[in-house]
Amino acid sequence: MIPLSWYMVLATILFSIGIYGVLVRRNIIIMFLSIELMLNAVNLNLVAMSHYLDSLRGQSFTFFIITVAAAEAAIGLGLVIVLFRNKKTVYVDHINELKG
Amino acid sequence: MISQLIFLYCALVIISTALLAVRFHNPVYSVLSVLVLFFHIAGLYLLLNAEFLAAIQIIVYAGGILILYLFVLFLVNLRQEIKSQRFVAHHRLSTVISIILGLSLLAIIPYFKLGAKGNYPVARIEQLTHTKAIGMEIYSTFILPFELAGLILLIAVIGGLVLARNDKTDPADDVSDSAAPTISEVQE
Repeated sequence: MIPLSWYMVLATILFSIGIYGVLVRRNIIIMFLSIELMLNAVNLNLVAMSHYLDSLRGQSFTFFIITVAAAEAAIGLGLVIVLFRNKKTVYVDHINELKG
Repeated sequence: MISQLIFLYCALVIISTALLAVRFHNPVYSVLSVLVLFFHIAGLYLLLNAEFLAAIQIIVYAGGILILYLFVLFLVNLRQEIKSQRFVAHHRLSTVISIILGLSLLAIIPYFKLGAKGNYPVARIEQLTHTKAIGMEIYSTFILPFELAGLILLIAVIGGLVLARNDKTDPADDVSDSAAPTISEVQE
């Protein structure tokens, strides 16, 4: 039997890697991919806890998180396409019109 | 024992592919390593008796979302991407911040206490089958969030179409009606 804390440690490490990816990368598509990593870490945590709590609530939440992640990917990548069409760049440090 | 070995294998692959995904020069390699990661997360779901979610993970994440990422990735200039700098200017500070955040989250874990048990033990889920059990839960307790999820997907479909539509009239590839001569012009 696998202890619950193993899953939680794995989810925490995956979440931190996602944070690292969002903070470090310049490419906005890889930043979106890192957000997907963080969502997956949360999903893993929810499924593990719902299994150890004999409940299905966490798994239902995971179902909805996957739905929202699909919607977020569609909208976010649409925004990336518009950004690339207008600015010819996908690098977040080139988007600095509002910088004084 | 065997399940612990499977968990350790999946955890090792998940962490290494996640690290590779945020560090690869080529974004296509990043997306493909995230694909491997999603398959191993589906393996962990199977280990947790969540077969339906494992199937959804593979179908929606690996089959849908990542393909979308790959399509968008081919719109940008990959040749320039491989040559240029992949990290922002202050990336050392960001590394320190994420390591501190991860360590503080890990330090919290021992203080976690499980709450009250629910009414779906593994034996009952196995008897009902997982898909039926989660369907009963979603269609009774979570019916309103389910409807809202449908609405969110509709908004995503419409929003994606509106955002990605090319309404700028580019003279090079203008095939819209405005370029064609109108009826009055033809008659003149």
